[in-house]
Amino acid sequence: MTDRELQHKSVHLRKNTLKAIYEAGAGHTGGSLSCLDILNVLYNRILNVSPEKFSAPNRDRYVQSKGHSVEALYAVLADRGFFPEADLKTICHYQSHFVGHPTRHIPGIEMNTGALGHGLPISVGMAIAAKMDSGTGFQPVSSEKASTHRQDACATTAFRVFTLLGDGEVAEGSNWEAAMSAAHYKLDNLTAIIDHNTLQISGHTRDVMSNEPIDEKFRAFGWSVKIVNGHNFAELTNALGKPAEIGKPTCVIANTVKGRGVSFMEDVAKWHHGVPSEAELKQALGELDAAEKLLQKETK
Amino acid sequence: MSAPAPSMYSPAAKAMAEKLGLKMGRANLDEFAATLMELAKANPNIVAVTSDSRGSGKLGPFAQALPKQLVEVGIAEQNLVGITAGLAACGKKSFGVSPACFLTARSLEQIKNDVCYSDVPATLIGISSGVSYGALGTTHHSLHDLAVLRAINNISIIVPSDNFETREAIRFAATAKNPVFVRIGKAAMFNLHKPETKFEIGKAIQLREGNDIAFIATGETVIHALLAAGELAERGLNCRVISMHTVKPLDTEIILKAGRKCRAVVTVEEHSVHGGLGEACASTLLQAGINVPFKIVGIPDEDTVTGAQADIFRHYGISMEGFSETAMKLLK
Repeated sequence: MTDRELQHKSVHLRKNTLKAIYEAGAGHTGGSLSCLDILNVLYNRILNVSPEKFSAPNRDRYVQSKGHSVEALYAVLADRGFFPEADLKTICHYQSHFVGHPTRHIPGIEMNTGALGHGLPISVGMAIAAKMDSGTGFQPVSSEKASTHRQDACATTAFRVFTLLGDGEVAEGSNWEAAMSAAHYKLDNLTAIIDHNTLQISGHTRDVMSNEPIDEKFRAFGWSVKIVNGHNFAELTNALGKPAEIGKPTCVIANTVKGRGVSFMEDVAKWHHGVPSEAELKQALGELDAAEKLLQKETK
Repeated sequence: MSAPAPSMYSPAAKAMAEKLGLKMGRANLDEFAATLMELAKANPNIVAVTSDSRGSGKLGPFAQALPKQLVEVGIAEQNLVGITAGLAACGKKSFGVSPACFLTARSLEQIKNDVCYSDVPATLIGISSGVSYGALGTTHHSLHDLAVLRAINNISIIVPSDNFETREAIRFAATAKNPVFVRIGKAAMFNLHKPETKFEIGKAIQLREGNDIAFIATGETVIHALLAAGELAERGLNCRVISMHTVKPLDTEIILKAGRKCRAVVTVEEHSVHGGLGEACASTLLQAGINVPFKIVGIPDEDTVTGAQADIFRHYGISMEGFSETAMKLLK
């Protein structure tokens, strides 16, 4: 899929996300829009997953640690054919399988998430399982002899594991337990993506709890770090396409804009879980229609 | 040389054990480790996860023999449970092994969400549970774990009373398709079961028949109930003793039967009197309209007395003598 095609798709997915949140009367609008381009690239260029082969043991694994942005994930999964797009209208409705955070009841979702700081430890476990199932196997013991073997082992894996964290989520201590273990076991088959939109529910992360510099923190924990524009498909593809460094887990810090794509939602904390009114939805969809027309014009 | 650890059994209790023909086995912890190793040798998908707890979990030999099937996470229990869940989600039969006190408190949210809610076939082994760590104090006691885990959907809770129940619990866990928690102590235990005994999850085992008092006990307290039944028999009372090895799903049938047939019911657990086996039994009986003299024996809601496990048990009446006294009072 070309960058231009992904751009078109992103506009379509943003519209579906907003409509779904409006129908649900609940949702996490700002974060869904900030991570949407990341999900678009993951599901259309990177992940070895498909509705037909979702039970394959060697499929790549994606765990959405920032589970609250599930509406974007639902929109992407529907677009990839995991379930009908019409199901998006049932999100959060009485007795719907489509809960306000990811669950395994939904085709395409690996783990139930929503409480923050859980996705990275789970993903470390998955990445270790992938090493265990690879040709050279899991090399656990930290003796000198074993560490040479570990280096060799890092080139192989049965599958890759991706997880998406919010930048506010980085404050959860469990992430750093997991970060330490991922480097210890040289899990180069693991990529953690930080949706770095710099806002959380109460305001700017720098005001709520300073977490910068995130890149240096991950580097200090033994990770290879890449910083990209989280709305640039080429940069995302380049960073996610293959492990950054043999023998190290990869952290991709994706600089994003919360509420991306809708002028009055961009970079405004109240849209963290703000739900658009009918008029706001109309305006937002109008802006996205205009963006779509512009893209079509540019394509011609 | 340090002072010997206080004995769990009075001379009279030891004599009763001998009279009942009970033979001392090993610690359930040793039985767990040996069983897991045996199963893991035959099934390379079995993986143990430890939080610097391979020593306290008796998994040193496992780590030596099967290094590729053991994941050490360091002192990080939240990560331990997350990793155990991630392994299970990717086809591994994972066993997260960590002291029950930390495992079921610090990482409770990981148990609730990553294991139970996500419904992965992971097993959590809470080692040195209850007051096994004795004088190390409340930080190291797990007197809340049955209460909190009972309130979480989708997890079997098994509390073995002896080596046989431990072995069977681990074998069950190794093939279970859903989450399992096994709570294991570290004291040497008498063997309570006959070789032909059948073990089934959710089905308690009746060790002794009788209609005066029913002792419904779990884990390392069962032996004391059995000894008390022996002593009470000498006073002309026939006591029923039930080993409730599965606290969830609960064998309500055997509880209702005991409530209907016996003159009084005593529940026993190495756990807070709040939220554990006792309250589960009380709820079962009351909701069935059975009103029988009833006593919950456990650790009261107070600052737990300092001492070894044996001291703490004795202090709170978890002993042959203590149970006999409780039973006599109930029947008055």
